[in-house]
Amino acid sequence: MAGAGYISGLTTARAAGLVACERCGQVHQRQNEVCRRCGAQLHSRKPDSLQKVWAWWLAGVITFIPANIYPMLLTSTLVERSESTIIGGVFELIHYGSYGIAAIVFIASIVIPLLKFFIIAYLALSVHRHALLSQHRRHQLFVFVEFIGRWSMIDIFVVAVLAALVQLDTVAAINPGIAAINFALAVVFTMFSAQSFDPRLIWDENEAAADD
Amino acid sequence: MGPLEDLIACPHCDTLHNYSDVPEGAQAHCRKCGAVMLTQRAASVAIVLSLALSSFLLMIAAISFPFLGVEAGGLSNGTSLLGTVMAFSDDYALPLAIAVAAFIVFIPLTRLGALIVAVTPLVLDRTPRSLHKRAFGLAEQLRPWSMAEIFVVGVAVALVKITALVSVTYGLAFWALAGLVVLSFWQDTLICRYTVWRALDTSRD
Ligand SMILES: [Zn+2]
Ligand SMILES: [Zn+2]
Repeated sequence: MAGAGYISGLTTARAAGLVACERCGQVHQRQNEVCRRCGAQLHSRKPDSLQKVWAWWLAGVITFIPANIYPMLLTSTLVERSESTIIGGVFELIHYGSYGIAAIVFIASIVIPLLKFFIIAYLALSVHRHALLSQHRRHQLFVFVEFIGRWSMIDIFVVAVLAALVQLDTVAAINPGIAAINFALAVVFTMFSAQSFDPRLIWDENEAAADD
Repeated sequence: MGPLEDLIACPHCDTLHNYSDVPEGAQAHCRKCGAVMLTQRAASVAIVLSLALSSFLLMIAAISFPFLGVEAGGLSNGTSLLGTVMAFSDDYALPLAIAVAAFIVFIPLTRLGALIVAVTPLVLDRTPRSLHKRAFGLAEQLRPWSMAEIFVVGVAVALVKITALVSVTYGLAFWALAGLVVLSFWQDTLICRYTVWRALDTSRD
């Protein structure tokens, strides 16, 4: 599949005066506003991408803080009542010797959310600036963030299952804490933030360089 | 330059490619950024439809049958899938209950239903109408928010946490959900959104 099909090497739709539908991939002349194939609005680049990224990012960070400070689980047994935060839950699992599960919860609830905040901020900041990482590396980071975002929801589902199952009157009861709702919101906001980022912005600097 | 129908732009970097360059049955990666653009497979719509139908039925089974049960100190408690979700429903956690119900039951069901509606005319060789395009658009939009497979991992983690405390019994719904996860991974590798969109496109001929 070499050469022949490509318009003078690798050209972007925008440079060729075209616009590609984000939803179905159909290519149109630039002046078209609605996709002929699927009816979606046509945009050469997502409008106000970076503003939206930062707005959702900030909302994510703001909700992530209480998610880590307040209790995620309220446990009461015959002898005691206890509250545990996300990180407290991880230590509890280590204490009981469940290292594998402790690692899953730690990675899904703490490492991945923090990593997502840093990566999204870095991607947004490196647009239109000289970036340390190559375009391919930054693109890989974007693909990673987009893929991994949903998996942070694991801890919320763990809390849901525990709270539903462990309702044995006074013997043992588990209830969700206020952190659960904050954490769920943080995950959703970060997913919106990553979805708002237009990966084509990473590659656009080539076009700008070609124009000079 | 060829006709616009023959062009496809990479969704990640906007680089133009020629559709006809993709060999039949091959997976096409963007030549610039490497993003997967097409996974063409012959007869895949029929498989996508049958997988979507089976997944839909498994989801119905997952919400109809008992999910998990626990027993400790002579007391026992069983729960259905929706009962699990409603554990959040007291006072301030109600919005969370609604969100979790949406992520693990209602969004997956809506998405599978929309997918079934969208690919049915393709399998039956009927002319797709705007309803079918809208249905496929909806199915695509809901994909990241359909979290049944993440929920299953959450269930596994939760069970490890409580096996020391209580003894757990698995209901039919648990196995239905496990089957659903296997099917959904399979389905995601088979479905090629651009191929489906092209097939749904009636303006070409
Ligand atoms: Zn379109
Ligand atoms: Zn590309």
